[in-house]
Amino acid sequence: MNAEAIESAIGRGTSDAPARPPLARLTNVHALRGLAGVAGFLALWELGVLVHVPILAKVPTPVDVAGAGWGLLHDPRYYVDWLISFRRVFIGFVLAQLIGIPLGLFMGWKAAFRSLTFPVMEVLRPIPPLAWVPLSILFWPTPESSIVFVLFLGAFFTVLINTVAGVRAIDERYIRAAISLGATPATVFRRIILPGALPSIGTGMAIGIGITWEVLVAAEIIAGRNGLGYLTWEAYVAGAIPTIIVGMISIGIAGYLSSVLIRAMVGRAMPWNRRP
Amino acid sequence: MANALEPSRSTAKDGALSLRGVRKVYDPHGTSVVAVDDWTLEIAAGEFVVVVGPSGCGKTTLLNGIAGFDPITDGEIALDGATVASASRSLRPGADRVVVFQNGSLFPWKTVLDNVAYGPIVQRRMSRAQALQAARSFLTRVGLGDIADAYPRKLSSGVQRRVEMVRALINDPKVLLLDEPFRALDAIARGIMHEELLKLYDATQKTVFFITHDLDEAIFLADRVVVSTCRPARVKHVLPIDLPRPRTYLMMASPEFMALKRQIADAVHEEAEKAFRLGEPELA
Repeated sequence: MNAEAIESAIGRGTSDAPARPPLARLTNVHALRGLAGVAGFLALWELGVLVHVPILAKVPTPVDVAGAGWGLLHDPRYYVDWLISFRRVFIGFVLAQLIGIPLGLFMGWKAAFRSLTFPVMEVLRPIPPLAWVPLSILFWPTPESSIVFVLFLGAFFTVLINTVAGVRAIDERYIRAAISLGATPATVFRRIILPGALPSIGTGMAIGIGITWEVLVAAEIIAGRNGLGYLTWEAYVAGAIPTIIVGMISIGIAGYLSSVLIRAMVGRAMPWNRRP
Repeated sequence: MANALEPSRSTAKDGALSLRGVRKVYDPHGTSVVAVDDWTLEIAAGEFVVVVGPSGCGKTTLLNGIAGFDPITDGEIALDGATVASASRSLRPGADRVVVFQNGSLFPWKTVLDNVAYGPIVQRRMSRAQALQAARSFLTRVGLGDIADAYPRKLSSGVQRRVEMVRALINDPKVLLLDEPFRALDAIARGIMHEELLKLYDATQKTVFFITHDLDEAIFLADRVVVSTCRPARVKHVLPIDLPRPRTYLMMASPEFMALKRQIADAVHEEAEKAFRLGEPELA
């Protein structure tokens, strides 16, 4: 295995290495193996339906699904669903970071503030975001805002907890070194606490975006009139089973793309963490 | 500043450190522990003093008192006549008494250059551009120019230590406080670091307060070796080292070196046994 392959597999980019042309990437053994895995999965699925494996009785074959997918690709509403879902995830996720990261940094930094806020957070945290849906619909003026609020909750506690943990894991010696070199407390916060917690914040973001997509589907089913989650639900109501599966796969791809994006951003923000 | 290696800004008279009757009592679980007691020593400006004693016997506590990390219970610590710590007052830690720690504390998220420029920038002594330029020229002068843009994790621990010394010295401190800085290095790297440190010392003539449990290291580096007792820490023995400077590793095999070692080996060994019998975990 070469170092570049390992890096691409674990999602760390080497921006200082010259980018390889797309064709060369395809010859990458890991990419080929991944494609083989996808092909194998589809083949097993097709085969399972053809030989009438019991739980696959009502499941359409990949070919049927591809047909339904092809149909959707010619339907402008499908793209609108993508955009709407992505917008909801984006707004909910970004709000969660904007509030969760500073709050987590402060909670991690100030013991008094932590003991003040931690119990409340610890009781609210285990409540599944979906349990907030009824209240959210009552509280927020529009279905749209209630969906975004539930998505926000999904990412918020994850990033909060990870940020607090990241701050608390910073080695005391970095803080002492900074003070010894003449840093004021405010400078320590900005130049030591923040970068020191960044790896953990990145982990929280990567997990958080996944949770946001998980929550999205259910939130759209309950409160939405559009989006990829609603598309899936609508197909179920209409009895269009291949379309259900296209909706599911769309959500999977959307979630995957989001995590790739987040990991790339996080990697870019922490050049010191790149493998030598 | 551009000429950190030349003792220009702080004259040779800067950096006299005096420790008078320093006492530190911890009260961790209701039972008070006297970590340091009546620790007294006058250190001349530009002198290299090494305190040797077993680990966990209060040496780090003493250093933290000088650095300002931990208030002292009694006594007085003064730098060039001005009190930095006493029972009633404790000056904030600062770059005039800069510390290099045991386990290495280069900021992993900063390049070597940004690490070295950190002090001057956060003290607002110079603009960011000036600080970076000063850091680069300092690094170049001590032969570290090639790695200025590397992140610390890509460097060997020995090189990391050298960078750390430079990061401390660029602040033109009055006294450099070193807390077993080479503890994590293997014997060979450590030998090289001793020579590197002495080169920096010869060039800057800073007062150095160095803590170690390694007697060879102490004698090789010091103008004076101070044997510190165990729990509480007290000055047990002071041995002037008259080996000429610049020192080379071959001196460690010389009869003079052996003779010096013989003079304090007993004192150190006695304290080591005491520490072993105490068997207590290290104090902070």
